[in-house]
Amino acid sequence: MRSLFRYLFRNYGFFLFIILEIVALFLVFNYNNYQKVKYLNSSNVVAGSVYNSFNSVVSYFALARVNAELAAENAKLRSRFQTDESEPMIFENKAPAFVPSDSTLFQFISAKVINNSVNKPFNYITLNKGRSDGVKPDQGIISASGIVGVVTNVLESYSMGLSVLNQRWSVSSKLKKNGSLGSLLWDGEDYRFAELMEIPFHVELQLGDTIVTSGYSSIFPEGVIIGTVNAFDKPAGENYYNITVKLTTNFKALSYVEVVENLHVDEIKELEKLIQENERGN
Amino acid sequence: MRGGIRYIVMFISLVLVQVLVLNQIQVSGYLNPYIYVLFIMLLPLSLPLYIVLPLAFLTGLTVDVFSNTLGIHAAATTFIAYIRPLVSRSISTHEEDRSDYPGMKYNGFRWFLYYTIIMVFFHHAILFFLEIFTFADFVQTFYRIVLSSLFSIFIIVLSQFIVFRD
Repeated sequence: MRSLFRYLFRNYGFFLFIILEIVALFLVFNYNNYQKVKYLNSSNVVAGSVYNSFNSVVSYFALARVNAELAAENAKLRSRFQTDESEPMIFENKAPAFVPSDSTLFQFISAKVINNSVNKPFNYITLNKGRSDGVKPDQGIISASGIVGVVTNVLESYSMGLSVLNQRWSVSSKLKKNGSLGSLLWDGEDYRFAELMEIPFHVELQLGDTIVTSGYSSIFPEGVIIGTVNAFDKPAGENYYNITVKLTTNFKALSYVEVVENLHVDEIKELEKLIQENERGN
Repeated sequence: MRGGIRYIVMFISLVLVQVLVLNQIQVSGYLNPYIYVLFIMLLPLSLPLYIVLPLAFLTGLTVDVFSNTLGIHAAATTFIAYIRPLVSRSISTHEEDRSDYPGMKYNGFRWFLYYTIIMVFFHHAILFFLEIFTFADFVQTFYRIVLSSLFSIFIIVLSQFIVFRD
């Protein structure tokens, strides 16, 4: 027994190393389970306020561009408001991405991106709004030029989310012109492009076709612009197109975004639960 | 005690430079320099492992928290902290000549360059493979490791000429 202790004591460095590595790897493999590691991400107070104060300095350099974007969005909204109420709610590039048709269904919370990346295989966004502002997990994030991501972790005054540029999730989307459903996935290469999967060959495709959100999940409203078809081909021996989508959102220059709150989300979730229970019953 | 404060300042400034400046350089997915490992590299060589290992783990975890990559930096930094005595022993020709402080000034440019290359390469290799967690795109990940390592090594060696002169 004593010799065992002596052995452990002499090699404590190795055992300490193994223990710390196990802890680290445990954290790596549990990270998909976001709720468990509530405080160990960029939405915590320390990381959030560091990013926030740094961003409050750096954001001055982007003011001119942000102003121009806001002015353009205002102008678009105003002209739409005056001319045609029944216009479909999708606009082309650089236009307001979404105006709710039924204003009681969705609510928007304005937020600022205080940290963001585009060059990692899994990119995340940190926002300067948190629980006290009404942000909740599973809410969509959109900007004036298109979809941005989804909120995953919310703490008191900051929140973080997955950006579209994250291979860990995909967006339910459709072709605007005929409603064919597909899912949008980022391949980890270029921050300007993503792949659209599951569009079958019988759908007629053209370069420049607009891709919008399907509205089949409670995260995004229907019809928020995602991007346009940049290239496509029909791989031999398969049933679905290879489609490259040019994203309308410029992820390298994100500043102000809106968090989408679906006011009926509880009802939708309740219904989904009911359906699942019914299926299990049968 | 003064030494302790010095290391605290070094820790904070390196982490801040890493998360606020270098993590924001978004040239391409192939270029992700990580220079905060310099903190672990510059800890006194006589410092026992029961201090170095937890410190390295904590450093990695801090960067993880800021970049939402829980665990991968911690795993990589703990590993290089563990191999550090081995690395410094293997590249020192005369054991007695080696200074306790593993900076460039006391050990010379050549020694420090080797030291940096080995430490940074192991760190980046573990980091990028854990991040992508597949050997499928081995070549692509290898390019990322080599290019990012070269960039990190350049910045770390340069920092020895500019900031950490004493």
